[in-house]
Amino acid sequence: MYDVIIIGAGVSGSAVAREVSRYNVSACVLEKCEDVCEGTSKANSAIVHAGFDAEEGSLMAKLNVEGNEMMDQLSRDLDIPFKRNGSLVVCVHKEEIDGLKTLYDRGVKNGVKGLKILTREEALEMEPNLSDDVEGALYAPTGGIVCPFELNIAMAENANMNGVEFRFNTEVEDIKKGEDGLFHIRTNNGEYISKVVVNAAGVYADKIHNMVSADKMHIIERRGDYLLLDKEVGNYVSHTIFPQPTKYGKGVLVTPTVHGNLLVGPTAIDLENKEGNNTTAAGLNEVTAKASENVKNLPLRNVITSFAGLRAHLERHEFVIEEVKDAKGFIDVAGIESPGLTASPAIGKMVGDMLKDMMGLTEKSDWIATRKGIKSTEGLSIDEMNALIKENPAYGTIVCRCESITEGEILDAIHRPLGARSLDGVKRRTRAGMGRCQAGFCSPRTMEIINRELGLSYEKITKSGGKSNIILERTKGEESHS
Amino acid sequence: MKTYDIVIVGGGPAGLAAAVAAKEAGNDSILILERDHELGGILNQCIHNGFGLHTFKEELTGPEYAYRFIKQVIDLGIEYKLNTMVMDIAADKTVTAMNREDGMFQIPAKAVILAMGCRERPRGALNIPGYRPAGIFSAGTAQRLVNIEGYMPGREVVILGSGDIGLIMARRMTLEGAKVKVVAELMPYSGGLKRNIVQCLDDYGIPLKLSHTVVDIEGKDHVTAVTIAEVGPDRKPIPGTEIRYTCDTLLLSCGLIPENELSRSAGVKMSPVTSGPVVNESLETNIPGVFACGNVLHVHDLVDYVSEEAKRAGENAVKYINDGCKAADSSDVIEIVATEGARYTVPSTIDTERMSDLLTVRFRVGDVYKNSFVSVYFDDERIMHNQKRIMAPGEMEQIILRKTQLQEHKGLKKITVKIEKE
Repeated sequence: MYDVIIIGAGVSGSAVAREVSRYNVSACVLEKCEDVCEGTSKANSAIVHAGFDAEEGSLMAKLNVEGNEMMDQLSRDLDIPFKRNGSLVVCVHKEEIDGLKTLYDRGVKNGVKGLKILTREEALEMEPNLSDDVEGALYAPTGGIVCPFELNIAMAENANMNGVEFRFNTEVEDIKKGEDGLFHIRTNNGEYISKVVVNAAGVYADKIHNMVSADKMHIIERRGDYLLLDKEVGNYVSHTIFPQPTKYGKGVLVTPTVHGNLLVGPTAIDLENKEGNNTTAAGLNEVTAKASENVKNLPLRNVITSFAGLRAHLERHEFVIEEVKDAKGFIDVAGIESPGLTASPAIGKMVGDMLKDMMGLTEKSDWIATRKGIKSTEGLSIDEMNALIKENPAYGTIVCRCESITEGEILDAIHRPLGARSLDGVKRRTRAGMGRCQAGFCSPRTMEIINRELGLSYEKITKSGGKSNIILERTKGEESHS
Repeated sequence: MKTYDIVIVGGGPAGLAAAVAAKEAGNDSILILERDHELGGILNQCIHNGFGLHTFKEELTGPEYAYRFIKQVIDLGIEYKLNTMVMDIAADKTVTAMNREDGMFQIPAKAVILAMGCRERPRGALNIPGYRPAGIFSAGTAQRLVNIEGYMPGREVVILGSGDIGLIMARRMTLEGAKVKVVAELMPYSGGLKRNIVQCLDDYGIPLKLSHTVVDIEGKDHVTAVTIAEVGPDRKPIPGTEIRYTCDTLLLSCGLIPENELSRSAGVKMSPVTSGPVVNESLETNIPGVFACGNVLHVHDLVDYVSEEAKRAGENAVKYINDGCKAADSSDVIEIVATEGARYTVPSTIDTERMSDLLTVRFRVGDVYKNSFVSVYFDDERIMHNQKRIMAPGEMEQIILRKTQLQEHKGLKKITVKIEKE
């Protein structure tokens, strides 16, 4: 029996878990996938939005601005990369120039600091690769970029260090409120019981909500296709470049990533398919066409991969973070689409405060606010490298040549709290396999390390859990080992 | 750390042959740096035969071919370091490398030979839409898993791309009991050797569909089906031509990319056509004393040619050191221009003074040519006109230039290589 069960180990669930871990409370996160950060959190624009998009007075606007402000301290506490590179909303149609002022005014009302409307010349000076058609731009210096994997993983790790349990490969099948007043959660891995449930199930939040409430929720999966470009062109723009927003969202952006790639996307295609995160030719074509309206001569021959993510979109386009009226003790964290990544620390805090009041929680005296990330060898001097290798020779072996990731970093990723168990788990924690050869070189080597360190036979090693096994079986006449 | 005259980056066929040649040319201060745990490079996973017909006049497997050179390296006492990754090559030829035992170290070399080979084009660079499940491999990764690690990726296979590794893997997977359903090739011609199409596809009844590409990949966790479609002359899929294959594995053999990250950061000038360094008759890059050979220079289809080319790089590196590490005099060089069907040449400039008596110039054509002529012009005068029954992009072509021939043409500025119908 737990005081709190959180459903979903994405960025929202993990942020809530971290905030809950401040208190004297027993808490557990149930996650249907084999790792944290497996849904919407792993496939998005990786942007820390300034906060001028959301409707003034909305929860979305409030948590966006709060989350943005929390990000500096949080990135230091959790040792994750975060950069305020600033963002530009670019106007390329003269007749739409007033739209920048509308955004500016909304941003000011939302409490966004430092906004400035730029002339064509000012915008081009800031970003020479903007389209020749640029008429003006809205500059937001507080806009930033973050690694969504590391943010999600770091919050989850920190929660785990502070006592929150995580159950992976555990899918919630049904929830009943018993006569004992407790929630009985049926999963594929047995029953879990808790006083309070936090529903942070992303695109599945409607399904989970509807298990306990007569007031039905419906989430639309809004797919976004993306292209990721090589680091060679990572500085093609230095700010995040947005078009002017439409009713479908913030449009196709072009941005550097915090690790030095260039990211282009997303589309906004409404589906009724919670697992429909496949890219389509039409979607990818749309990304290139739309991005090219704002940034000229995009170096598309440097694309190293494409992917798609699903936004958990509610018709009313607002975050729903509240106790469900006909299910006391059940808190929805639903409709967390953009700017959900930005808002996540504020979402965590809001839910933490709700739980504190609701359950009369007291703070732990020994709560650990910080977490050390995987030691990166990037940028180390020869002397620093040698000191590291002397201490642990595994740092002397490069496993991923594209991103220069050492075996030492991979071992760290596997053996830390909530460590990696799959190729994608290693990739999201270390970047091994995320470079231009897309794991062609390192995947057999990473498999070797996973096999050795976790005692998982090759046949059982997966790309990302479930049935994503990399290989099928031994070749003819070979004995299977371990 | 000990210093060396010549540092060779890569211990595959190119690096090995360059090392042996440099040693035989009289240099005793050579170090090979190899990132894998053994010498031989990609040959170690190429367990099929067909290697060495030119070099040794016999048919060897990849590991056998590699071993011929590894044995020479060992017998000649050439030093090498395994499990060692070169992290950086500076313009002054200081090589920074790293391994578990030595840590990170720097070697100021007099000459550097680039022999890093190439890598395969991944799915992402091909912009194939669909899911991103397990079960998608580059053909070379699958080859390593099957031949070195001893694991089968799957049982029902679709292959995109008809590069040689893909063709070889079609046969290999078939021999291991898998069903290879189709090989789809975007271009109207194969990217591989004719002999591989015959021996690896035709002999096993595996269909090759030219002008086809993958338009969808199904399967959330693991590949469950792949859809291919015919492409038009613009290489865009033609609606209505889709064919869906249920399968658990998709192999990609869609081109090889010379692995020149180190060359680029050193400041080596690159050819946009080959993605390899621009070199002169000595296989020397724009940085004096930095030479390139093998697939890092341009992608070869026969290892025999790699060995031959690497031998020249090794010899020229020694010559460069023996001549006092002087930059070549660039005032009197002849430019080689590839045009009208010829895509590029290696080398792309010749200094008649420094060239050997016979110089092999290799190139590839950009399309399939039947009963056409390879023509060579010295300035405006056609001096070579050789008919070939068939030329294809998948098969490397060559011409041989004689030093005396060039010397006879006083004031020669430009050699042009082109394909002519008559």
